[in-house]
Order: sequence, then C-alpha cells, then structure tokens
Amino acid sequence: MKKLMVTAAAVLWSQCAMADEMRLAVTTSFDNSGLSEVLLPAIKADLDIDLQLLVVGTGQALKLGEAGDVDAVLVHSKAAEDTFVAAGHGTHRREIMYNDFVLIGPKADGADTANATSAADAFARVASAEAAFVSRGDDSGTHKAELGIWSSAGLEVGGFGSWYHAVGAGMGAALNTAAGLDAYIFADRASWLNFGNKSGLALTYSGDPALFNQYAFLPVDPAKNANIRSDLAMKLEGWLTSRRAADLINGYEINGEPLFVFNAVVQ
Amino acid sequence: MIDILEGLKAAFWLVVSFDAELWEISLRSLRVTLTALVIASLIAIPLGTYLAVQRFRYRRFIISLINALMGLPPVVIGLIVYILLSRSGPFGVLNLLFTPTAMIIAQVIIITPVIASIAHQAMRELWAEYHDLLISLNTTKWQRIVTLIRDGRRNLLTAALAGFGRAIGEVGAIMIVGGNIDHVTRVLTTAIALETGKGDFALALGLGFVLIGIAIVVNLAIHTLSRTEREGRW
Repeated sequence: MKKLMVTAAAVLWSQCAMADEMRLAVTTSFDNSGLSEVLLPAIKADLDIDLQLLVVGTGQALKLGEAGDVDAVLVHSKAAEDTFVAAGHGTHRREIMYNDFVLIGPKADGADTANATSAADAFARVASAEAAFVSRGDDSGTHKAELGIWSSAGLEVGGFGSWYHAVGAGMGAALNTAAGLDAYIFADRASWLNFGNKSGLALTYSGDPALFNQYAFLPVDPAKNANIRSDLAMKLEGWLTSRRAADLINGYEINGEPLFVFNAVVQ
Repeated sequence: MIDILEGLKAAFWLVVSFDAELWEISLRSLRVTLTALVIASLIAIPLGTYLAVQRFRYRRFIISLINALMGLPPVVIGLIVYILLSRSGPFGVLNLLFTPTAMIIAQVIIITPVIASIAHQAMRELWAEYHDLLISLNTTKWQRIVTLIRDGRRNLLTAALAGFGRAIGEVGAIMIVGGNIDHVTRVLTTAIALETGKGDFALALGLGFVLIGIAIVVNLAIHTLSRTEREGRW
C-alpha cells in the first residue's frame, strides 16, 4: 500500500516543462477571441518560445508589467499605454493590429440603436431610453473605450440611474450578466462572436471608426529585475510584426468573418 | 435544466475519451492540493494538539485568531501572496510567482487555519478524557501530544479532509498567484472560471462534475487506506 502511495506521489510530481519560457500579459478580449490558439503554436514552432499567457484586464496587465512580473504586455488602451511608457515601465509601444468594438443588445432593440448614426448616438439612445446597460467597470481597455464613448456623447456615467450596471468583471462574465439581464453591453467583436451563451442578445450597432480597437505590444523595461527576458520579448515583437504573423492575424476568421486587421509597421 | 444535462454529458465524454488536457489539469489540481494538504497538516495538526494540551498566556487569543483566519476570503490571501512573491516584492528573487509552488503556498495559508481549528476542537475533547491518565503517568509534553495525535487520528483525518475540500475547490487565490496559464498553472477550478467566462456553460459544468468526482475518489481512497468507516470499526 505504501509503495502505491509513493508511486502515485511520484506520478503527480513528475510533470516539468522545458524550453524558453516567456510571460506575456494579455487582455481577456484578446484571449476570448481565440486568436491566441492560432498564434501560440506558430510562435512555439518558429521561435521555440513557450509563451505563457496571463489573461487579465488591461489595468491589471499594466500593473503586472509595472511590478516586473511579466516580460511584455499586449493590451489595448492607448492613453494608459502611453502613461506606462512615459513612466519608464515599458521600453516602447509597438502597434500590432486592431479589431473593433460593437454594441450588443436585446434582439428587440428597445432603444433603437440599430438606426443610430454614430457610436455616440447609439449610446445616447440607450441612455435616453434608460435601457439596461452592463458595463465592464473593471478599468480594462474595453471599459475605458466605453467610458470614452459615453463622454463623446456628452454623458456622465456617474449620473446614471439604476439601469447602468457596472459589474466589475471580465468580458465573458459581463456578457453572461448582460444575457441574464437582457441588457445592452459594449464588447469587442471577437469576444462576442466566440461567446457561447448569446441567449436573447444580438449585435445592434457597429461600424463607426471611433470603435476601432488598437492592440499594442509593450516590452517591460528589463532594468526592473534580472529575470525579465527582454531578449525573448524583442524576438517576439519581431515575429508579431512579421509577414508570417500578418498572414495568420488577417486570415483568422470566426464563422467566416475576419476579426483582426494587422497594421504593424514592418521595419 | 438543459444546461445541467449538457454539463453531465460533457463530463461523461471528457472522462470516457481520456481527454489529454483534462488529465493534465486534473493531475495538476491533485498535485497542488495534496502537496498543500500535507504541508498544512504537518503544521496544523501539531499546532491544534498543542493548543489543546498546553495552557499559556495568549492561548485564547491564538485560538480566536485561528478561528477568525478561517473566514479570510481566499482572494485576500491570494493578493497578499502575490505582493510577497511579485518580482518587485520581498521574495521576488525566488521567482515563484505564476508557478504551481505559489499556488501551493496560497493554499497552505488558506487551509492551515481550517485544519488547526478542527483538530484543536477534536483534541480538546480527547484531552479531557486522557488528561488524568497522561498526567498520572508523568509523561512529557511531547509524549502527550504524540499520544493524542495517534489516538485521535480518525478525527484528525476528518480535519484534513475538510482542508482538502476547501483547497481543491478554491479558485480566487490560485487565480491571482497562479495566473491560470495554460499547461503551467491551469487547474480544474480556474479552467471552470475560464469556460464560464467564455459562456461555454456545458464544458464548465462538465469540469465541475469531474472535480466533484475527483473529490469523492480522494475521500474514498483516504478512508480505504486508513481503514475507517468500515463495519465493525469506528
């Protein structure tokens, strides 16, 4: 019996990983899109890097970079990224690709956002109808983009009534909440298309250039500590901006719909 | 209701098809939790017994403190462990963040108070029974503790299993210190949280049923190995 237990313990402990490991903090919306499942095996094949993804909101991703716990971040909130680089936490900011945000709402579209002339107009319609709206409320890139559109519509989130639900959760969890409440929600297209629990929701508004969602790659300043693999971060940046990455990113589709547009400047 | 049936179906197919990824995360769950359980038991059981046997000045305070620590939200413990292990934190040089070791550390902190508290409770009653005998035999303190642990082992097993239950189902702390990295720190509970986030309720529920199954198997295995809960035995 003792032998059996020792063997069981040995089996449990005998899993170890090798090869070059690099940690990249990415946003929930990027991971939910499913693109990482295409890029990761290609990165492993081309660069022999085991890329470890930490899936968090943009706010937490930048925080992890600031603490030097990851080697690079891939996020989508320009203002926060510029602050990050200006504060010396990151060496530089490199734009990689963009997708777009969409407004999701109940199929009945009670606020008539489908006929809106712009993103700001769609948001204003939701507000004037006081239709239920779920906000990420977690300081993520999507949340910041949503707040930006509210302010471009001349509306102040702090003054909203009980129809505005700031749930403080990731993209998927917030979409679940919206599905439960039959509410409007601001989401990135990729997360929406990959989302499995759509129930009574549908895409109600999209297409305004103000909804473009730029992803950027920021290597963490290697001076923070000796463990930061900035060599790998540079290799990865070179790969992410290469032709090969461009083909994979532009070619990625869900249900026949392309999601991302590669727009890195190839040097 | 449909969702729960779908979940059962997903669990069934995951298990019968020997899904490689399921095996990987299940084994990692077990490895992390069982390691944490062994370490926590080694700390908590002697501590709980000592608190039952020994009278000292701050005893009441320490017992209250342990009971209070049982109620600490795992997220808070996760955050504290994260700050300590972060490369910018005091133990950053160890480079343990986002590894299974970090998850084990967090779980040890979470379940040690649980095991110590239940162990103390059980040992206190046993000590009331054994007190006169052990005192009259002029035993040393160490002998008393060892005797109590040996004779109270069935109760201590219950304490340990309570700790196991709390650790295997924990998600808040290990999500922060482990990071839910695929093939490195993803375990059953964090995978469930991830699939729920993706809206794939069937798969999330399926993983949940697998988790319950593993907990049952581990409990049965420990009872069998220690020969408890059998007919003719207590």
